[in-house]
Amino acid sequence: MRNLYAIYRKEMGHYFVSPVAYVVVGVFLILSGFFFSRIMEAVIQEALEAAMQGMQFGGAMPVDVPGIVLRGFFNVISFFLLLFTPALTMGVYAEERRRGTMELLMTSPVTDEQIVLGKFFASLSLYIIMLLPTLCYAVYMFLHSDPAPPWKLLFASYLGAVLLGGALLAVGSFLSSLTESQLIAAILTFGVFIILWVIEFAARGGSGDLSALFQYLSVTRHFDDFSRGVIDTSGVIFYVSLAVLGIFLTMRSVDSMRWRRA
Amino acid sequence: MIEVQDLTKSYGAVTAVDHISFSVNKGEILGFLGPNGAGKTTTMRILTGYLPATGGTAKVAGFDVFEQSMDVRRHIGYLPENPPLYNDMTVATYLDFVARIKNVPPGSRARRVDTALEMTNITDKRDELVKRLSRGYKQRVGLAQALVHDPDVIILDEPTVGLDPKQIIEVRRLIKGLAGNHTIILSTHILPEVSMTCDRVVIINHGKIAAVDTPENLTSQIKGGERVHVEVRAPEKALSDLLRQIPDVRRVSVETHGNVGRVSATVETAAGKDVRSQIAAKIVGQGYDLFELRGVNLSLEDIFLQLTTEDPAHKATEN
Repeated sequence: MRNLYAIYRKEMGHYFVSPVAYVVVGVFLILSGFFFSRIMEAVIQEALEAAMQGMQFGGAMPVDVPGIVLRGFFNVISFFLLLFTPALTMGVYAEERRRGTMELLMTSPVTDEQIVLGKFFASLSLYIIMLLPTLCYAVYMFLHSDPAPPWKLLFASYLGAVLLGGALLAVGSFLSSLTESQLIAAILTFGVFIILWVIEFAARGGSGDLSALFQYLSVTRHFDDFSRGVIDTSGVIFYVSLAVLGIFLTMRSVDSMRWRRA
Repeated sequence: MIEVQDLTKSYGAVTAVDHISFSVNKGEILGFLGPNGAGKTTTMRILTGYLPATGGTAKVAGFDVFEQSMDVRRHIGYLPENPPLYNDMTVATYLDFVARIKNVPPGSRARRVDTALEMTNITDKRDELVKRLSRGYKQRVGLAQALVHDPDVIILDEPTVGLDPKQIIEVRRLIKGLAGNHTIILSTHILPEVSMTCDRVVIINHGKIAAVDTPENLTSQIKGGERVHVEVRAPEKALSDLLRQIPDVRRVSVETHGNVGRVSATVETAAGKDVRSQIAAKIVGQGYDLFELRGVNLSLEDIFLQLTTEDPAHKATEN
């Protein structure tokens, strides 16, 4: 446990002295802030129009403004994650391999599992730190909207974002362990994420087992449930198993570094 | 402290380390001498638990490097060829991190880091970022990293590469000072480095051990002798007696080949003496048939020809 913490601590320290983390988190926050305000404006506009129509013709349907805004916002976030998480994980192993520090870790009394888990939890922490500031949008809505935004929707959306992020980080770390080049790691990861995303389109319109399988494998489709406020066990299981698979493969890959020609 | 038996490592068809065996006693400094690509780094990596061997066994501090890797790693300090440094850490944070993953108890961690800094003479750089250090300082941080947990066994892969002459002398003095309490293996391709720092030398070439001896014996063996190979039809005993009569001959070994009556002999002489004409005269004088007569290079010499005999530190002190 102490070893795992030592690795975790080192990784966190690394994130906060290197410019990569600041750039990734900064750009993510700027873009998400921009999209949040655009989405909110658009939804309020629609809600006003609907209300005016309701007044003209009677029987107005109340529009759930905060709910729609949150849903739209989290759909954008889930898309951003596919773009930004590769940058968080690209260096995790590739850089250590290139610098030869992997040799230090692997000749220290630290198990491969401790190395992999320490690194995974560090990247997950950084990712949660990246998401945290977006909570202020929710606070803003609680202060200014009537009806108040639904708690359950907010909670489910953040839970979904953390689960999705965890799965993507685990897969990204694995891909980083395959190469010594950060750039190759980033491009590989990006490619795999895009495939995991568009696989849903391939399934659309089709029927049968294959199409159902593709639908199940799409990383963003499960996220839709969360952003609708539904905590679906199948979604939770999907993300957790994807993360566990990624972590397991990383452990195998780290172990195999010993068997490859140096 | 270290026992290696029949250790073998092959990468596919290439055998990097070929059935080597040696042992290192507690407190001893063992030098690995050999040209580049001889298998020094591979052997060291196996001992540190970084690479698994293909065959054979290796024990460090009584623990098997394959079966009890974690125990071995706790007892070893290792400086790879390129010091494994994190560029964006300060020297002190880096050493603190290494102390943590080497299981130094929290209570003594700060003290161990300070000691390692002092031993390698980099206390004044403790708050400097690693990436701002010069090559020589980086090498010393790498050395500090190998010492920070006060390990029983220290393995140093080319510890003086990239240092300036003054630093080389410092590092050698440091290594010599560590002996006694620590068992040390260091690799080098510089011949004088071995005689200056090591108690014993293992010479490796093409993955095989060519010789194990003290630096003094090896140097006298290499520098002080020439060999001549002769093939003659003569009785074994008579030939050996005959050759021994020649002045400057130190040793004669005779071997009979097959049943045609041919005998081959290896004659060792003192350095710089060419006895070939005298051998020929003696043999012909006795009426034996002389089939072959040639000078032989010592196999060690072949290896040493590839080694650097020029010591950068030595050169500078002369100037």
